[in-house]
Amino acid sequence: MKTVVLHGRKVVGGVVEGEALVTTEMVSGWGGINPADGKIIDVRHELHGQSVKGKILVFPGAKGSSGWSSLFHYTRRNGNAPSGLIFNVMNTKAALGSVVIHAPAVTGLNQNPLEIIQSGDWVKIDADQGIVEVTKK
Amino acid sequence: MRLTDDEKAMLDGKEGRARQKAMDLLVRYGEALGAERLVDTNNVGGFMVAKKHHMDELGSFDALFSEFNLDSSEVVEFAKDKVKAFSCQFETTMDPEFWQIQGKSQEDYELMLANEKYLASGGVALMCTCTPYLVGNVPIKGEHCAWMESSAVVYINSVLGARTNAEGNSSSTAAMLTGKIPYWGFHIDENRLGTHLIDVECAVENQMDWGLLGYYAGTMVKERVPVINGIKKLPNLIKLKQFGAAAASSGGVEMYHIPGITAEARTVEEAFGNRQPVERLRFGKEERQMAYEALNSTAKDTNVDFVMFGCPHASIEEIWEICKLLEGKRLHENTVLWVFTPRGLREIADRNGFTKIINDAGGVLMSDTCPALGQFIPKGIKVMATNSGKQAHYLPNIKGIQAWYGTTEECIDAAVTGQWRGGLK
Repeated sequence: MKTVVLHGRKVVGGVVEGEALVTTEMVSGWGGINPADGKIIDVRHELHGQSVKGKILVFPGAKGSSGWSSLFHYTRRNGNAPSGLIFNVMNTKAALGSVVIHAPAVTGLNQNPLEIIQSGDWVKIDADQGIVEVTKK
Repeated sequence: MRLTDDEKAMLDGKEGRARQKAMDLLVRYGEALGAERLVDTNNVGGFMVAKKHHMDELGSFDALFSEFNLDSSEVVEFAKDKVKAFSCQFETTMDPEFWQIQGKSQEDYELMLANEKYLASGGVALMCTCTPYLVGNVPIKGEHCAWMESSAVVYINSVLGARTNAEGNSSSTAAMLTGKIPYWGFHIDENRLGTHLIDVECAVENQMDWGLLGYYAGTMVKERVPVINGIKKLPNLIKLKQFGAAAASSGGVEMYHIPGITAEARTVEEAFGNRQPVERLRFGKEERQMAYEALNSTAKDTNVDFVMFGCPHASIEEIWEICKLLEGKRLHENTVLWVFTPRGLREIADRNGFTKIINDAGGVLMSDTCPALGQFIPKGIKVMATNSGKQAHYLPNIKGIQAWYGTTEECIDAAVTGQWRGGLK
């Protein structure tokens, strides 16, 4: 099995591994996710109907209302949050959202994770070291 | 992140557990952003409104706000420790008088009253509006703020030259308690410079034109900083409020420049600093048409049963304009008219007789909230007309209704005739 290692920087520390859920589209919080089941409810989004629960969510960044972090906070409280986050564009929504999700998170990787990682790949994040290890499915 | 002595003291708990938890959140948040330090702020706008099911689960305002507004599982006493920075509450989820027609229960209403009391005891100003800058919270150029509400963020950054990022619930609550926020993003000079140049090649004059230009700008530049060139007719507060709200809805614009008009650039060159635009765009007739069609894409049925004004909350000038068009007329029997304004302006509207003009026509002047934030619409309605690009963008998604976007005149006509007869001219 092919393994790729990427390097970036810690957003929230910790180590986790799991199955990747990848989208090339920005993710909304308010009006974008249902905290009751972790499903993407934005009807225009390519992941519409899929749940982020327990997944390593790989996405370009966070968009929409400043309620982003709150919606993901509710999602975490309900046990439906992603287990790890990998994203490209830093903003206040993605930063605060990562903090309140309490899951290992990294950004600023040396290769574009949206091109390297596909949904279903096995991904290990060591956020403290800024290392992402991708095992292709 | 480098912390000053007063910040370290708060983090060490020398100013109580609430401030300690707030500082802990700010440090985690600042490190996530990649900020090097915090900056002092004495102007914070946040959202601390309890949801009933969270209250049922957690049992007290302290427990609820510790969890959801400070990310702390330990219960700390926000209200007892009181805010350190001047702080205000943005919109809430219901009108204090008309909550019943907004579909809220007696229990919801009582929770809201208790919530207000809690915030007031903690020192939070009960502005209850998305437009604090209409009712006395008008930051000056260079003032570091920590506000949420995207339409307010883009207004104070761009028009006034204040400095804020679009904060979230917990970062703004932490800023209230500590008077600090990460020094990152729009707090820093270089991030405030323009990135995209938009040459305006058609007339942009009325409020609808400004909404369309904003919707186009947000669609094209996403979260970057557009510079609008070629404006021939000076806008006003209302038009820039609509422009920014639309740009923040379609994209995520938190800062823009209109050289010669907004706070930080006299010329296009000054707006870009020494840099070149990453992209040059044009807003001509075709782009205007595209923005209009995008905003009206949910509308099919010309039978209008709901007309909504005041997103972002209406200024007293807007209420006056609505009243001039509405005075002496009656709403169509199938149409509901709701106008939203800050509670501080409702008093003026009452005393001026504006409220009576709206009521006599069959409409209602409301405050504190809006349909998108409070998640309510008049019972049974299917088709809305509004002069707000933001509400036309969000409400069809949230409530599954159709929305017509047009001028104030077209919306009043729809309220009176029950028919949408507007169109792009």
